[in-house]
Amino acid sequence: MAWLAGQLVATLAIASLLVFWVLRVLPGDAATVALGMNATPEALATWRAEHGTDRPLIVQYGEWMAGLFRGDFGRSFLTGNDLTPLVLDRVQVTLILVGLSLALALAIAIPLGTLAAIKHRSLWGVVITGGSQLGVAIPNFLVGVLLVSFVSVRLDWLPAGGWVPPAVSLTEFLRHVTLPVIALGTVQAAIITRYVRSAVLEVMREDFLRTARAGGLTYGQALMRHGLRNAGVPIITVIGVQISAMLIGAVVVERVFVVHGLGSLLVDSAQNRDLQAVQSIVLLLVALVVVINFIVDLLYTLLDPRLRLAGSVV
Amino acid sequence: MSQIIQQPGAKAAEGRTASVVQPPSARLPEAAAVGPKRYKPGIHPQLVIGVVLVTLIVAAAVVSMFWTPYDPLRAGVGEPLAGPSTTHWFGIDRFGRDVFSRIMAGAQLTLYVGVIAVSIAAVIGVPIGIIAGMRRGVPGALLMRGSDVLLAFPGLLLAIIFGAAFGAGTTTAMIALGIGAIPAFARVARSGTLQVMRSDYVLAARAANRSSWAIAWRHVLPNIAGLIVVQCSVNFGLAVLSEAALSFLGLGTTPPAPSWGRMLQESQQFLGSHDHLALAPGIAIAIAVLGFNLLGDGLRDVLDPRLKGVR
Repeated sequence: MAWLAGQLVATLAIASLLVFWVLRVLPGDAATVALGMNATPEALATWRAEHGTDRPLIVQYGEWMAGLFRGDFGRSFLTGNDLTPLVLDRVQVTLILVGLSLALALAIAIPLGTLAAIKHRSLWGVVITGGSQLGVAIPNFLVGVLLVSFVSVRLDWLPAGGWVPPAVSLTEFLRHVTLPVIALGTVQAAIITRYVRSAVLEVMREDFLRTARAGGLTYGQALMRHGLRNAGVPIITVIGVQISAMLIGAVVVERVFVVHGLGSLLVDSAQNRDLQAVQSIVLLLVALVVVINFIVDLLYTLLDPRLRLAGSVV
Repeated sequence: MSQIIQQPGAKAAEGRTASVVQPPSARLPEAAAVGPKRYKPGIHPQLVIGVVLVTLIVAAAVVSMFWTPYDPLRAGVGEPLAGPSTTHWFGIDRFGRDVFSRIMAGAQLTLYVGVIAVSIAAVIGVPIGIIAGMRRGVPGALLMRGSDVLLAFPGLLLAIIFGAAFGAGTTTAMIALGIGAIPAFARVARSGTLQVMRSDYVLAARAANRSSWAIAWRHVLPNIAGLIVVQCSVNFGLAVLSEAALSFLGLGTTPPAPSWGRMLQESQQFLGSHDHLALAPGIAIAIAVLGFNLLGDGLRDVLDPRLKGVR
């Protein structure tokens, strides 16, 4: 536990150095990036003094870190505004989107993947496996674009984009959130289905399942009582990986549906080359990814006592 | 449950599972014949479909180097936004450019990005993995921890950071996607190396006082080559997907170069009225990604029969 937490902190520290190095050291001068190659030396000097980039890099890094610990994301290089309220507002939107999409993905993937494994030699298994193979290859933004084309523009059932917070109007929130969640969730469902199928297939080959059957349980009972818990470890792993993938996938889906979440803020900032904003948003996303993986590691030990033992020895 | 698709040369592993799944009465003679079956080379459906799709993309790319029906960059070869016709198979875009020609030229760009990104990842990741697998202890652990930090940066995120730092473009995207895939290659190479290092022939080579370099080059690399090839194919699919996503976001290939992701993004304002603009690049992306994924899965099964049916 302490070892895992130490790893978490170390990873975040190295990641922050890496982000700072790539965004602030490698491109050279932040002022030139912001003002362009043709800016006058005076303008550059003023900009540097204004944004504090004329100070030593180590001081700038230290200040950025100290700010983050206070929950301060710094000031945008582009507008000069405080990024904190903006980022906190946007991250809620993205987390709601990802959370609902994950729920949809699991609601589809776990039953279908289990079914595909149990019936892996029948037509059903082949259809589900083939379908998930196809789903993996279809990018979420393509699903999004097609949904907008058919559901919004042709049928006019749901709005093509935008975002209404649930606190304002629950029905409008649901109407706006449905298509983005389908776009993000179904593609993830296809990926998770493949892993659920292989995890359940693996468990089905175990001796303990055969023993349980020999002891008089039906196939379904044996799988429910002994199988799913054992299939849980690899499934939890892939869910952890997929939440990270969905946080990044949300960047693209938000763009399709004009949802003002963290992802679209990141893309706008990257396009405008607002290095300070990109730096803080990226670290926030990386922190989310790392923390999710940390939680996944903890869940392992809850699901599989053997790992708990191994952990205490190491 | 009774409709069992009989496969000649049923997979050994699946045969065993089937005997558990089926009630004894429903068991077919073939399925009941449990026991180790050797892998029989034959037509592998996933591999065949994968090869066909990848060949299609490669062929389009190669042909587009010498010939496309129209110049992919020339505007005004047809009426803007016209739908598919016999003269313009995939229709015309809003600037009057031929969509079919742009899709063909886009295949070239897609493969270029994939080749460079996968090469960067393999050339850096594989040696890291082999060294980490051969030199366990501090150096190995450090190398793997180092590449693990990169795991916290999914490829697309890394590409967005690079786009912000160095300006958007195809080169920036390729390099970022390549660096992002290093840990995947390092992990695969390391686990393969660990397995090879436990073998008797490595023990014999060590007893014969062969240098580490010689063991790495003569024994480890040839034996993990299959794993690496599979990883290349899988990551190629990922690179294609990421490049499309980046260009869709406006952080990848810059116009007027024909990029499938960019074309899809430009089609958005004509949705519902001119869907051919979205469908053509969308289907092209799906074919490319599906092709490389299936190729990777198929190769995995053929090169490592033990894993058959697991995925």
